[in-house]
Amino acid sequence: MEKLLMKGNEAVGAAAIKAGCRHFFGYPITPQNEIPEYMAKELPPLGGTFVQAESEIAAINMVYGAAGAGARVMTSSSSPGIALKQEGISYIAASELPCVIVNMMRSSPGLGGIQPAQADYFMATRGGGNGDYYMPVYAPASIQETVELVMEAFEVADFYCTPVMILGDGMIGQMMESVEFPEPKKRNLPAKDWATVGTGGKRKPNIINSLRIEPDVLEPHIQKLLDKYEVIKKDETLYEKVNCEDADVIAVAYGTISRVVRNAIKKCEEEGIKLGLIRPITLWPFPFAAFEEISPNTKAFLSVEMSAGQMVDDVKIAANGRIPVEFYGRYGGNVPKPDEVVAKVKDILGGGK
Amino acid sequence: MSLVFEKTKGLTDVPFHYCPGCTHGIVHRLVAENLVELGVLGSTIGVAPVGCAVFAYNYFNCDMQEAAHGRAPAVATGIKRVHPDNVVFTYQGDGDLAAIGTAETVHAAVRGENITIIFINNAIYGMTGGQMAPTTLIGQKATTAPYGRQKEVQGSPIRVSEMLATLEGAAFIERVSVDSPGNVRKAKKAIKKAFECQIQKKGFSMVEVLSTCPTNWGMTPVDSLTWLEENMMPYYPLGNIRTPEED
Repeated sequence: MEKLLMKGNEAVGAAAIKAGCRHFFGYPITPQNEIPEYMAKELPPLGGTFVQAESEIAAINMVYGAAGAGARVMTSSSSPGIALKQEGISYIAASELPCVIVNMMRSSPGLGGIQPAQADYFMATRGGGNGDYYMPVYAPASIQETVELVMEAFEVADFYCTPVMILGDGMIGQMMESVEFPEPKKRNLPAKDWATVGTGGKRKPNIINSLRIEPDVLEPHIQKLLDKYEVIKKDETLYEKVNCEDADVIAVAYGTISRVVRNAIKKCEEEGIKLGLIRPITLWPFPFAAFEEISPNTKAFLSVEMSAGQMVDDVKIAANGRIPVEFYGRYGGNVPKPDEVVAKVKDILGGGK
Repeated sequence: MSLVFEKTKGLTDVPFHYCPGCTHGIVHRLVAENLVELGVLGSTIGVAPVGCAVFAYNYFNCDMQEAAHGRAPAVATGIKRVHPDNVVFTYQGDGDLAAIGTAETVHAAVRGENITIIFINNAIYGMTGGQMAPTTLIGQKATTAPYGRQKEVQGSPIRVSEMLATLEGAAFIERVSVDSPGNVRKAKKAIKKAFECQIQKKGFSMVEVLSTCPTNWGMTPVDSLTWLEENMMPYYPLGNIRTPEED
């Protein structure tokens, strides 16, 4: 297979097109601009459409319309822009429409900065907008994995009729790596017989809608969403475990920070410390199962994040009091270094083993 | 016995929820009749707003999407870009279109998005119970303008049609009213022209319809029609503001 050297953001666009996405609606924001720029160049010759919307809010509502019209559709943004999209994401989840949303996270809150961060974990994994809903959230750790997860995201979106988020820290969008584009893995997808394509005078109107004014109608609708989420939890949770057997400390890290932890694992080995890694690939559903078989002799879980401590809450739920949970994070655009992680591990172990 | 009037096939049999004397029902019928007469009902996709017409998706006998408040033109853009040969329209009130959805409306026109907007201007927020709208007239009372709208406090009402007509992408803009049988007939013609403009791929089209809200205006339906003629029409003059050059 041909190997290409590609920037993460461009690889997102290329993977989406390979997965059959022909409609993209976006708005400029650093550090994800190469995604809309790539789509603006590549989609028109393929007969697709790129629209630069007047705002992130408009872009996500164009996604709503296009998804409701039966298309494979994507939008992308970065943290403050994703915050603006939450209205539309909630409507899309409630209306059970498939789409892919990419968030190349920058440092926040507020306008924050344009350097990488992982401070949108809460917003991504807790629904983010109003109401009782969730969406699958994929956190790739390399450009190759980004390509594969973007393709998978479209299949999962269509399979479950749900928005799906690709949550990359800014480094995923900006760094270049060699990447190859395998054929997308196809699922047996249900027909989009609910889409608004015109009745042709042959059937009753299809209606895309999230409004249910009667509580006794709305409650079963929400229950239907919750039932779907249980299936997604059971069938779609992804994670990787490294070096966890008899580990002294097990780090939990996602995205590029998992690669920082891999370096820390080597450095710990040199000092006779066994550091393990649980890498969630889906952040929602969170891989609670990965924590179940961990030996009670493990001294601690250490959540390492490019945030002030967000995923650590899920690690605490996963540990459920059996094993202490520690946190190390850098934020505001700074990145945890392997030596800092090693120092934290030593600190946990009481200044060395 | 000969049939002299029949309900249009463009509407479903779901009973309207609108208040007595409200003009939404008339405008729904005009839109639906035109879609049938143009032979495009089966290829039409409508977008309902948030506001009094939120349940419009139950009334129009075509595929429908319900948009978030003000976002109907963005939703319609998404639909139209996927299905450029289908007829796509939005049906929006003044709060939806001229307040929270101003950006979506203006930029749909800027892009020359080939959709049709039916814009109901009744100078009030109806569904939420009579709050001030961007189109509420100076001196007109609303629950959030209990002393009447004052130019110095809330500014002057917005003339959406005139504003959009300054944009090159706006191909067809006309303001009509449904206060009298004659004006209802003119309104129907304008809505037909707007849809024809879209079918001929000439770009963005909008028909602004001056309408009444007896419930929130606190008037009888008949008094409401008189109030519309005496107060709204002078500020919101009827007529075509923009039409494709070839016509």
